[in-house]
Amino acid sequence: MSSAASKSRNTTRGRPRLYTNYRSEMAIFNTGAKRLWIVIGFVALVVLPFFLARDLVALGATVFIFSIGGIGLNLLTGYAGQVSLAQAFFLGVGAYTAAVLGGESRGDVIGLGWDMAIWLPLAGLVPAIVAAIIAPLAARVRGLYLAILTLGLVFIGEHIFKELKPITGGAGVGRAPAEPVLFGFNLFENRDVGGIEIDRFTMLYFTCLVIFVVMALLARNFTRSRFGRSFAAVRDRDIAAEVMGVSLLRTKTLAFAISAFYAGIAGALLSIIIGRISPETWNFFLSIDFLAVIFIGGLATITGSIMGAVFVVLLPKLVNSLTGFLPIDPGVGQGGLLNVFELQTIIFGVLIIVFLILEPRGLYGLWLRVRNYFKAWPFSY
Amino acid sequence: MGELLGSLIRGLGIGGVYAMLGVSFVIIYRATGVVNFATPALMILGAFFTGYFGVSIGLPFVVAVILAMIVLAAIGMLSERVALRPMVGRPAFSAATVTVGLFIVLLILAGRLLGSELLTVNDPFGLNTLEFLGARVFTVDIARLIVGLVAIGLVGLFLTRSRTGLAMRATAFDQETSLAQGINVGRMFGLSWGISGAMAALAGAMLVAGTSGVETTFALVALKALPVIILGGLDSIKGSVVAGLIIGIAESLTRTYQPLYAPWLGANFDVIVPYIIMILVLMIRPYGLYGTKEVVRV
Repeated sequence: MSSAASKSRNTTRGRPRLYTNYRSEMAIFNTGAKRLWIVIGFVALVVLPFFLARDLVALGATVFIFSIGGIGLNLLTGYAGQVSLAQAFFLGVGAYTAAVLGGESRGDVIGLGWDMAIWLPLAGLVPAIVAAIIAPLAARVRGLYLAILTLGLVFIGEHIFKELKPITGGAGVGRAPAEPVLFGFNLFENRDVGGIEIDRFTMLYFTCLVIFVVMALLARNFTRSRFGRSFAAVRDRDIAAEVMGVSLLRTKTLAFAISAFYAGIAGALLSIIIGRISPETWNFFLSIDFLAVIFIGGLATITGSIMGAVFVVLLPKLVNSLTGFLPIDPGVGQGGLLNVFELQTIIFGVLIIVFLILEPRGLYGLWLRVRNYFKAWPFSY
Repeated sequence: MGELLGSLIRGLGIGGVYAMLGVSFVIIYRATGVVNFATPALMILGAFFTGYFGVSIGLPFVVAVILAMIVLAAIGMLSERVALRPMVGRPAFSAATVTVGLFIVLLILAGRLLGSELLTVNDPFGLNTLEFLGARVFTVDIARLIVGLVAIGLVGLFLTRSRTGLAMRATAFDQETSLAQGINVGRMFGLSWGISGAMAALAGAMLVAGTSGVETTFALVALKALPVIILGGLDSIKGSVVAGLIIGIAESLTRTYQPLYAPWLGANFDVIVPYIIMILVLMIRPYGLYGTKEVVRV
């Protein structure tokens, strides 16, 4: 109470960085501007789907999903320093857990048809358990050896997905994902709320938004906790961390498990957006997408992961709308200089290189530069 | 017996290609401490240029391969100069991620160059077979093994006997000291990428030889060289030869016998055998068979 009062006085006096107690200094949204913009941003996100076309709403939901997966990978790679190319595998495990528990039985494919309130948490927990089983092995190797090990995991996982036909439907066939029925309330039915019609995409958008906000806040808080600091210690100098009493095995296992939990939730939600999932979805290139999210967005920042996800998901759309102005083929053919898909992919590759060379802190780093410039404006420092 | 021998020869052939790809990785890793994830794209580009010189221009296979190796050496050096040189002194993983970006760019380039056609290299081997100790073996497999061993032998000779090779080894050992001894370290980096690109091109040409044509996604085969270098040790050329042959044979034997004796493992199980071997090895020897154990000072 008193902190809030003193806080607002400070802000009104134009001294937003003056903290009179520890609590207000350590708050996540510790300045008035941050609080204001978070509220504005949230309201904008809530209102947005009513003004957008359907496909854009679905794209918005995909942004939230990629943010969740990206945050998970960033906790592992950015904060704990454990490079992983296996994110696609854990997304797959999450998606199939959800599909088995929440999907319908059809033919040889198993589906229990449970409620989303059950399958969603389990879609995170099962990958987390799988990761916790694999982690002790991964904790033995470091750096590039780990990257290659996790790459192997993606290929082995893809093979397993192709072979487990009762669960995945098999290669090239696939299966239907989980049904989004939350507490008996089917999210996929069109509804009329106070005269405004809410279609299935909007409903899905809001579901993803809520899950995303919760998970992002959880992650942000986690990084400020004792465990978050032990992650950073392991990343910066694992031997020093061990000497100080941080258990390497436990920390790395925790990092892998949490990352897989986020990946699993993202995978389950992504499978609903895609509509029909085949084992080939969870391949090496999906892992690269997530690497791009965190490297373009910025390592070891939650905000950066979100920026990266926005960028990576919306880039194809942007490139699509630019096709009229460039000598490129709007289809998948061989006309023009490049076709749309090729252009997207190549921009992707170039951006990974450019960001790593010029701004290793990613989009978040760019934002920091802009912010710091205007903080001191009109002076240069 | 004939079946076993045929399978072994096939394994040795593909193993020779894996060994070349492994050396292509190892050369760069030794010089710069970076695992070059762009190697698959370099490989497929190498195969493309062999096809271009061999089929479109109509040069003999050997000439086409050599020209492709030169082109790929140039592409390798250019990539190093543009994308990797600015990353000197940055964490190894950031540099490795740059090569992932490079992989994407070069793969799209290869796909674009190739178009919708299948890639062929107009090799003299084709599907010819010959009789060997009562087994029918493909000529191309024997050619792959011999070419692989000769090429790696030449690289080994170059590294141990020549002045530049000595400079490269010195750079791999300690960059600052070699700089102080008057070695142009940057040029050594470029040279490593050049040799690596040429090696990848040769591997690509030999891999596509004897097939009836491949697509760009075939590039992912080169990722199987990653288990090879892990098994052999990231910084050992000898390791990649031994491991390349081991992985090649293991894969080939699996392809021959697994559908018979263990069909429950599923179709195309041989594709993931290299990765399984890699994981098993990492559990026992985290630095591979011949790799240098990393000594960390606190």
